[in-house]
Amino acid sequence: MRRRLQHVLICGLWLAMLAVRAPAMPAAEARIAVAANFAGPMQRLVPLFESATGHRLLVAVGSTGALHAQIRHGAPFDVFLAGDTTTPAMLRAAGVGVEGYSFTYATGRLVLWSGDPRLVDGEGAVLRSREWRRLAIANPALAPYGKAAIETLGHLGLIEQVRSRLVQGENIAQTLQFVASGNAQLGFVALSQVMQDGRMTAGSMWRVPREWHAAIAQDALLLQRGRDNPAAVAFLEFLRGARAREVMQRFGYEFPAEGS
Amino acid sequence: MSDGAVLDAVWLTLKLATVSTLILLLVATPIAWWLACTRSRLRASVAALVTLPLVLPPTVLGFYLLVALGPEGPLGRLTQALGLGVLSFTFAGLVLGSVIFSLPFAVQPIQRAFESMGARPMEVAATLGARPLDAFFSVALPYARPGLMTAGVLGFSHTVGEFGVVLMIGGNIPGETRVISTQIYGYVEAMQYNEAHWLAALMVVFSFAVLFLVSSIRSRAGRLL
Repeated sequence: MRRRLQHVLICGLWLAMLAVRAPAMPAAEARIAVAANFAGPMQRLVPLFESATGHRLLVAVGSTGALHAQIRHGAPFDVFLAGDTTTPAMLRAAGVGVEGYSFTYATGRLVLWSGDPRLVDGEGAVLRSREWRRLAIANPALAPYGKAAIETLGHLGLIEQVRSRLVQGENIAQTLQFVASGNAQLGFVALSQVMQDGRMTAGSMWRVPREWHAAIAQDALLLQRGRDNPAAVAFLEFLRGARAREVMQRFGYEFPAEGS
Repeated sequence: MSDGAVLDAVWLTLKLATVSTLILLLVATPIAWWLACTRSRLRASVAALVTLPLVLPPTVLGFYLLVALGPEGPLGRLTQALGLGVLSFTFAGLVLGSVIFSLPFAVQPIQRAFESMGARPMEVAATLGARPLDAFFSVALPYARPGLMTAGVLGFSHTVGEFGVVLMIGGNIPGETRVISTQIYGYVEAMQYNEAHWLAALMVVFSFAVLFLVSSIRSRAGRLL
């Protein structure tokens, strides 16, 4: 009997809390498709956004190419955070995106990373050595970080030299997995994957100079389905704000729009 | 260039499926025999272990293989100690993955065949003076031929259609680990839908032909018996 009373009390309290929490604008729910390299920061951004606005976000992570195919074929997403700029442009051209709701939310940095804390030097000279067997990159046909990796190897004149030792991940998350598990000794991954709270989490790395590959600008896009979804629109606004940028910065992302 | 890539993938897939099937039959037959005959208390656990790849999602299985095959993993240490090096991202690694992944599909039909034979033929062979190994090869194995054949076909087609494990431990190396299924996936993701459609159609036609052939051979053999 007392148990029962407790339950009733808890339910009542909970309902009361819901009522208090409900802001003037009714809380909504948005589905966000997120490129694999942005999975880490997204995990931090979601609770920040949710507690600030009361909206709820559902996140699906995949490679930019796979998410593009899904969105083109009716996947129920409201916002797309791509890993590049061309994919959102294609979606806009196809009429799936909302005009005027597209912007570069972050610019990624490419790094050469190894789980071994001594392997990678500050200049990337290790690439010319024989101290490694496999170099992992993301599939350059699918992933912007893979394309940047190939451009970097081209800049160094090393493509032919390392070709037989290259392995490709389907997306940047899988590429990191190859290196983190030790199956590949080296890999070109996103800085955001090996950096957290402003510090490298493990291993050794070399930041590839920005000029050695085309900038990895990442565009956000509001999709037709999210046009009237307050949570989707609010999240895009939030993404441009100082709080979100602070989080992204700690993962190594940059914001060229501010002209640093 | 695209044609070359497709041919490479087709050739590699056939090679992988053939090698995996042969190894699969060699591995699965003794296991099936043991499972069919034993009264050991371990039987249930071994049977469950062999069936496990049927339940685990291929990408999960592939992930654990990647970890196990890595230089720090138990299998990786073993292969390195044997002088084979690390098997991830190699053809040999894919064969290993495919064999593990398809094991239940090979063991079960062979085991059924052995079980349906019963103990009697082996006893008769023994009274006629055949030694156990001799009896196994001249009595049990021929008897289980339909089971072996089903196992071979299932193992082969399962390997042709295999995707998750290859994606996880392959590394997408042309001519070494890029098979038809991962190639199709690559085309789809790169939005080259035409190439994807062609390759997928090829795969469907091929698989249908193989399965059709086998099933017609089997029904003819059934009539003869």
